[in-house]
Amino acid sequence: MSKMNVTEIMDRNKEFLRELREESGQDPGQCFQCMKCTGGCPFQFTMDYPPSQIMRMLQDGLVDEVLKSFTVQTCATCATCTTRCPRNIDIAKLMDTLRVIAYHRGIVGKGKNMHVFHTTFMNSVKNHGRLYEVGLALGLNLGTGNLLQDTDLGLPMFLRGKLSILPHNIKGRDEIKKLYDYAKKIGE
Amino acid sequence: MKLAYYPGCGLNGSSKELDISFRAISGPLGIDVVEIPDWNCCGGSSAHSTSHFLSFALPARNVINAETTGCEEFTAPCPACYVRHFLAQRDLNENPEMKQHLENALGRKVDKSDMKIKNVIEVFMDKVDSSIVKKPLKGLKVVNYYGCALVKPPKTFGFFDDPENPQSLDKIMRTLGAEVIDWPYKTECCGASLCFTNQDATWKASRDILQMAKDAGAQAVVAACTMCQMNLDMRQSQINKKYKTNFNIPAIFFTQLIGLAMGISADKLGLDKLYVDPKPLLRSLNLL
Ligand code: SF4
Ligand code: SF4
Repeated sequence: MSKMNVTEIMDRNKEFLRELREESGQDPGQCFQCMKCTGGCPFQFTMDYPPSQIMRMLQDGLVDEVLKSFTVQTCATCATCTTRCPRNIDIAKLMDTLRVIAYHRGIVGKGKNMHVFHTTFMNSVKNHGRLYEVGLALGLNLGTGNLLQDTDLGLPMFLRGKLSILPHNIKGRDEIKKLYDYAKKIGE
Repeated sequence: MKLAYYPGCGLNGSSKELDISFRAISGPLGIDVVEIPDWNCCGGSSAHSTSHFLSFALPARNVINAETTGCEEFTAPCPACYVRHFLAQRDLNENPEMKQHLENALGRKVDKSDMKIKNVIEVFMDKVDSSIVKKPLKGLKVVNYYGCALVKPPKTFGFFDDPENPQSLDKIMRTLGAEVIDWPYKTECCGASLCFTNQDATWKASRDILQMAKDAGAQAVVAACTMCQMNLDMRQSQINKKYKTNFNIPAIFFTQLIGLAMGISADKLGLDKLYVDPKPLLRSLNLL
């Protein structure tokens, strides 16, 4: 990290932090850095900042760094941190809220795979009303460029009758479309 | 008891054996399974990562459709789907603003919902007692794997079990006559939600869980969560390849084992749908 003026950053991001508190119902300011969340986090090894550090960064207003972090993208929402936090902060919920905000702002950061996954998934549900797994896998592999990911599982799945080659379309697709259109309209 | 049943995309495909065994044991246990008419995908982790409204509205449509069946109880056996529906019902009942949005979107009035939304363990917990056990699972050494989604965070989803050391599955498996081994990874996260986007992380988490199960002396892992089960079972071959291990530990749904103990034949419980074949083990213990 380069040199920074914390007071100035704080001022710039006050509004964002207020919104974050409102949307998540959680206040990172309550964190006293005991690191219990980090100690129990099963995915800390793959993150760029441990969860307790994300809390500290939020306290200091380092919003851009947090939104761009891999941590926010790869948190598995297992809520081990939430279960153990002595300050009763729902850290998993905070991570979730941050992920949604990042997605809406088009911040992909180090989470390109996640971005492609969520977009492909939501499109599949929009078109069929249900998830079309083969389409999802294809879209994902094309979108991320990992063309061979999980292709070893295709045949075993198929042999167990677990893959349907064609999508299933529900009857109420017009209702699903209404829900998507409305979401777009209200921007949520 | 009439139970509104949401299979979700998983039980319709990759977790078929849970669907098969769920239905097979329900009848004899006095549960009348009514599939929700024209259900849609609840949006899973993608909806709640991308759209506040859709993460509520998609499962809410299922809750509304389920209410038309006249059932008093509702279940979505996949824990991720369960959580989405539980929260959607809560918002439907307690968040007038969200309800209004939904009515605007659909262009019609919707009612509140008073079905009891149960997770998959809750559905069977009170139904399993010694009277249903015809063929005790004698000699079968298991660890019970709840995963994170069913029990964490505590109290949020109306489930009573302890978030760090839950007991409900243990109790069920003991009643069935299995030998339950205590272990520290009952609720450790397997990383299923990362299995498409950060596979290395998923493999490591799942490897650790399988290793712990093996070290604890378990012959099989009993699973309640679809995502955990799929990770440990379907991806076991990938894990073996990546870490040069030779795990051969079946990950069996608790509903399949309830069925076996009730004397239901194996072919009605979807045992052949598992990737790591549990039959040699079960045969060696005379359980098949
Ligand atoms: S467990 Fe809670 S108080 Fe402790 S560091 Fe983490 S967020 Fe802060
Ligand atoms: S919810 Fe996220 S940050 Fe918290 S313990 Fe799980 S993976 Fe780590």
